[in-house]
Amino acid sequence: MVNDFAFKIATVNGTGSASANGLLMQSIYRMGIPVSGKNVFPSNIQGLPTWYEIRVSKKGYTSRPAHIDLVVALNPATYAKDVSAVKRGGWLLYDSSWPLDAALARDDIQILGVPFGQLCVAAFAGDRERTLMRNIAYTGALVALLDIDMDVIGEMIREQFAKKRSLLDSNFRALHLGYDYTKKHYACPLPIRLERMNATRDQVLLDGNTAAALGCLYAGATVGAWYPITPATSLMEAFSGFCKRYRVDPETKRNNFCILQAEDELAAAGITIGAGWAGARAFTSTAGPGISLMSEFIGLAYYTEIPGVFFDIQRTGPSTGMPTRTQQADLLSIAYLSHGDTKHIALFPSSPAECFSMSVTAFDLTERFQTPVFVVSDLDIGMNDWMVPRLTWDDSYRPDRGKVLGADDLERVKRFSRYLDVDGDGIAARSLPGVHPKGAYFVRGSGHDKHAAYTEDADEYREVVDRLAKKLKTAEGAVPEPEMHRNGGKISVGIVALGGTHAALLEARDALAANGIEVDYMRIKAFPFGTVVREFLETHETIFVVEQNRDAQLRSLLAIETGLARDRMTPVLDYGGMPLTADFVTSEVTRHLEARVA
Amino acid sequence: MTSIQKPPVRHPSLQINALGLTKRDYEGAMSTLCAGCGHDSVTAAMVQAFFELDIPPHRAAKMSGIGCSSKTTAYFMRQSHGFNSVHGRMPSVASGANAANRDLIYIGVSGDGDSLSIGLGQLCHAIRRNVDMLYVLENNGVYGLTKGQFSASADVGSKSKRGESNVQRPIDPVLLALSLGATFVARGFSGDKTRLVPMLKAGLRHKGFALIDVISPCVSFNDHEGSTKSYRFTRENYHELAPVDFVPLQREITAETEQGASVSVTMHDGSILRFREVASEYDPTDRDAAYAHVRARQDRGEIVTGLLYIDERSADMHETAHTVERPLVDVPFEALCPGKAELEKLMDEYR
Ligand SMILES: Cc1ncc(C[n+]2csc(CCOP(=O)(O)OP(=O)(O)O)c2C)c(N)n1
Ligand code: SF4
Repeated sequence: MVNDFAFKIATVNGTGSASANGLLMQSIYRMGIPVSGKNVFPSNIQGLPTWYEIRVSKKGYTSRPAHIDLVVALNPATYAKDVSAVKRGGWLLYDSSWPLDAALARDDIQILGVPFGQLCVAAFAGDRERTLMRNIAYTGALVALLDIDMDVIGEMIREQFAKKRSLLDSNFRALHLGYDYTKKHYACPLPIRLERMNATRDQVLLDGNTAAALGCLYAGATVGAWYPITPATSLMEAFSGFCKRYRVDPETKRNNFCILQAEDELAAAGITIGAGWAGARAFTSTAGPGISLMSEFIGLAYYTEIPGVFFDIQRTGPSTGMPTRTQQADLLSIAYLSHGDTKHIALFPSSPAECFSMSVTAFDLTERFQTPVFVVSDLDIGMNDWMVPRLTWDDSYRPDRGKVLGADDLERVKRFSRYLDVDGDGIAARSLPGVHPKGAYFVRGSGHDKHAAYTEDADEYREVVDRLAKKLKTAEGAVPEPEMHRNGGKISVGIVALGGTHAALLEARDALAANGIEVDYMRIKAFPFGTVVREFLETHETIFVVEQNRDAQLRSLLAIETGLARDRMTPVLDYGGMPLTADFVTSEVTRHLEARVA
Repeated sequence: MTSIQKPPVRHPSLQINALGLTKRDYEGAMSTLCAGCGHDSVTAAMVQAFFELDIPPHRAAKMSGIGCSSKTTAYFMRQSHGFNSVHGRMPSVASGANAANRDLIYIGVSGDGDSLSIGLGQLCHAIRRNVDMLYVLENNGVYGLTKGQFSASADVGSKSKRGESNVQRPIDPVLLALSLGATFVARGFSGDKTRLVPMLKAGLRHKGFALIDVISPCVSFNDHEGSTKSYRFTRENYHELAPVDFVPLQREITAETEQGASVSVTMHDGSILRFREVASEYDPTDRDAAYAHVRARQDRGEIVTGLLYIDERSADMHETAHTVERPLVDVPFEALCPGKAELEKLMDEYR
């Protein structure tokens, strides 16, 4: 069990354990071992239980572990739950300053006690420091138990506290408190342990929201509007941080960006649309409740053909749902958001790396098609650290501004008609305000004809909305194609999924193959779907659609858009709010296939 | 404003402005509002103000929400950019547009329904941000376009066309704006174009959010006996507090020579605002006094009009956000994208 196990730390929200957990994960990563971490946190600032799950996988699997080998239990309120979470034959490490209730003991696991609390009370003064250092003390115990490289973790602590001498000393002291005690009392390391590898060299540890913010920065977005909401907040905060670092004019010290914290999501959408209309690359980031509020404005942007990028970092719904848990339950609402006949381009990143690249794509698409574009991420991708290839940038990139008539173009045209389809692709050219007198026109969400004039005429109205449909049809060929994992040869079982479940699906596919079940897997990257999606569905006898919502929304969307009968697609649904495990997919697929044979 | 379609020929005797444009060039599409609607008079004042300020139409952005009032942006300055957004949410669209391109001249037209109910939050926050724009609130005490329901500005006791009496207390946009810290607050009357035009001009030149509440009677649903937003009622209870002259920078008149009973305020661009015959106790730069004055007069049943408050020193949205001086839409991509090498360096931090 070298480099192939999972452990979980149970603490209390607000006690400072997050940085210790980050330190642990990053140390393993710097030992060159593939690792992933999932923060299971409450919707609360202080006092409720929180968990951090770390999976070590030499094969590089990064989906949520199905079994936990070791639990570090530091929150008495969840002892019962944490003890029962340990896999048979596993370990429980707890704070023995307060003895564990005998009733909780299990004889199929080993229980290791280290008096972290007492050690810290003896070594440190003040409640806050004692609480904080207890986290570093359990980190020290894990260094001993799992054989984490002391040099690596030491280097990281030094990096972190380079400028705070006193903190540096206390951190080292605390680390050794846990380490020395554990070494002295237990046979270290455990059979689950780490050994240096060389598998993370060209990788980074990054969360999706930071990566998306970088994408916005690199794509040249200048206006960001937002209203705080979990799990989308960190995206705009990261953007703001990057802007302060990279976007301050060196001469004037003034900002080459304008970030507006709006009064609500209605305003955030309005600001995005106003800025998009005026010619800036503008975006907003929100979650389900915000998307609901933006609905009317999205319809306006769709009908008046104004660009803007809308990030939806999904969390569980309906309503306020569980704000700190993940889901993929906004798919249907986003595809057709707003009243009337509407349909929107949406991109579905599966990892932080794609959050970066797809943000850039989103800005190109929104300007090219002059319509709102959604980047549909989720809490798991957005807020957890993932191991991804180092992000790269091609300096030859130039923004695709789409069909925008400049002053010279406008000078030449006889009459500018805002909604006239000259090229037959459904996309009309736009003008930006202030550029040229001939470019002036009236934007209206009410019925308009191809010249942008008000109309209530049936034919003129139809001409515009039919062109919008055509434009979205053109977009099918321009959005990213699905990622195909085919075995070659004739395979009758196909799995379809999108977004953050990808890691679990790659792993499930291997596990199924190991059990003799070969499947083709298609990961959808965008909406509207193109012909490739339809083909995949049509050419597989059995299709599983794996997604994280109750109502099989992706399956519905596939049925509506491709015409394939709904009952040709078997839903595999996991919607409790936790990241998907490969185990769940494997067992569900196997169960269905066996039921079919029986 | 045009109520009848006029031939596109230019009469040689028409006055031209510094851009060589005539007033006709500042007109818009034919109005579809009811004949006699107060909004059409505001439109006419708008034409005059833009013409006199020599504003190139295509450099102006006319923003509005939804309602009869919001339609008026289509009826002036045909050659400028118009934007009918959604009901009550024009301020955010204007804020976004302004964020992207601070060089355009933003003019928002809204109604009391649009601004004081569904859009109240957005209005407040545009004031709070001090977005550089002129915001004209065409106030008729009713929802015109949806046919006569009381709006949030309807006075207690004011009668609807069907004879019902309004019972809820009104929200007064002027008091609201003053208490929120608006940097330019005025009230006009659509039936008094002479005084409205300089007010609009001053509002357009003000650096920051300029609110002008214009009592603009709705002839179809709120111009009857018993209404407190009718032409008759407004005329009878109209009190011009501080008539204002707007003296643009380009045509400077030495204000000092006419000081006497007037108060002058120098605008950010050097233009001068002169308040004539100001009541001796009234200081248009004293917010508390302005508030107290409007309230006191209101309690006497008087509608105080004129430019009530001005503050030329407050930072507007871009100043607060410390944005570059050139419009963000003009910043070249090269200055926005940090490039490959920086990303490589940055990636080392995520090791
Ligand atoms: C979300 C939404 N709700 C309701 C309406 C219907 N509506 C259109 S105009 C209007 C009232 C306009 O009143 P006001 O702003 O006072 O303008 P007026 O017509 O009186 O000039 C309403 C309620 C709408 N367009 N959108
Ligand atoms: S209904 Fe009233 S507000 Fe609307 S156009 Fe007619 S008079 Fe004007």
